[in-house]
Amino acid sequence: MQYLVSVINNSTDLATDAEQAAIDVFNDRLIADGYWVFAGGLGGPDSSTVLDNRGETPVVTDGPFVETKEYIVGFWILEAPDLDVALKLAAEGSKACNRKVEVRPFL
Amino acid sequence: MKAGDVADAITRAHQGEWARVVASLTRRFGDLDIAEEAAAEAFAAAVERWPADGVPPSPGAWLTTTANRKAIDRIRREGKRDGKQREALMLYDDDPPEPRGAIEDERLRLIFTCCHPALSMEARVALTLRMVGGLTVPEIARAFLVGEDALARRITRAKAKIKTAGIPYRVPSAGDLRPRVAGVLEVLFLVFNEGYLATGPGTDPVRRDLAAEAIRLTRLIRGLMPDDGEVAGLLALMLLIEARQAARVTAGGDLVPLGEQDRGAWDTALIAEGHRLVRERLTSGVGPGRYQLLAAINAVHTSAADVRDTDWSQIVALYDQLVRLDPSPVVALNRAVAVAELDGPEVGLAVVDRLGDALAGYREYHATRADLLRRLGRIGEARAAYGRAIEVPGNAAETAYLTQRRDQLASPT
Repeated sequence: MQYLVSVINNSTDLATDAEQAAIDVFNDRLIADGYWVFAGGLGGPDSSTVLDNRGETPVVTDGPFVETKEYIVGFWILEAPDLDVALKLAAEGSKACNRKVEVRPFL
Repeated sequence: MKAGDVADAITRAHQGEWARVVASLTRRFGDLDIAEEAAAEAFAAAVERWPADGVPPSPGAWLTTTANRKAIDRIRREGKRDGKQREALMLYDDDPPEPRGAIEDERLRLIFTCCHPALSMEARVALTLRMVGGLTVPEIARAFLVGEDALARRITRAKAKIKTAGIPYRVPSAGDLRPRVAGVLEVLFLVFNEGYLATGPGTDPVRRDLAAEAIRLTRLIRGLMPDDGEVAGLLALMLLIEARQAARVTAGGDLVPLGEQDRGAWDTALIAEGHRLVRERLTSGVGPGRYQLLAAINAVHTSAADVRDTDWSQIVALYDQLVRLDPSPVVALNRAVAVAELDGPEVGLAVVDRLGDALAGYREYHATRADLLRRLGRIGEARAAYGRAIEVPGNAAETAYLTQRRDQLASPT
């Protein structure tokens, strides 16, 4: 199965050098152990643009689509046999990036 | 065979075999939904056929085989599976029943899956009672005072999450076992307490049955994990609390505090079993966990033929150990009650008063203060403390008891 592990941020602070170093170590391990699918960091909500093309012409608005105190600042996509393995990896990821994470399965 | 005997056989089979049937079907078909429905259909078939055909020599095997057929019928009917999977299922059709040992493990898998920490506590409780305990949705809904539709949705959502999120159907690995067992015991203790606290006139008996159900499930886990100290501890704790149930409530539904209970009305068989488990843990040489300490405290209480014989120094010593494991203010409050018995109400009250900030919204805190103030003759303060305890929402029998206690104290003139 594949899982999306979203990193939840509640400030505009980017990862510190120490956090980035820990994330790199964790990523290397994910790759070495075959769990890695993809990962990335995201720009903050201020940089988002919302687009709705369900009507006749596309409507472009300055994002984000919902204002929240907490938002997704990055993510991993992991390949894991079940939720227990995914949760264990997510726990390590949370430690490495020093933030809360949310685990959701791909359908 | 008399109708009553058949009904007994069905009840026994339901208690003994439900979890086995659900567990083995879940493993085979990889789907809790199919397992639950097929198990329910198999028991319905037993209710229909056993009175006419007689109880089969091996009810468990009959139920498992019948449930397997029902499951396969459903899969065929729905035709959702790909051809290969269907074929694989058909090959199993007339499989001999699983060897006993393997089936025991199946039930453990079922328990750990239903009590998975990724599910909400409410979902874990409902799912465990349905899948492992075999209670029906209406029974669970009545026991937890929620609507049937809401409860059915809760169970459906939990099953869907297990499937979609990939919650595995297995016993956790050795490294994860301890926290996961603790999670299972938490679910069972919550079920027990729901039943234990459900007292008073007008209470649906199905709520009281939860205590018995929790004991039954804890016995099951004890049978599956006989070396786990906390499992033994929780079972002992439940037995020693349940043993006092008859003395704890009057015929009119009024609560009787431990010190005033008719100890002759305690269930000696349950107490003996509880004491045996506590002794077994004492000789194990392994440091006790929370449930074992609580069981030991209850063992000291139930060893005293008269409340005046209670070994309070032993109880305080056990609470001291418990505080080290669990530094919560609620544990500290219970310890203070024992301290008051050992060193007098004044010393106890001093300890209780230090917990005021943390426990201001906790009924038992005000009730304990009220009782200690009453014993110290500080009647006005005691009445006020009873009043605050009554204001905290809680169980009706407790409210009645506290109100009675307050009203027994003469108003200050």
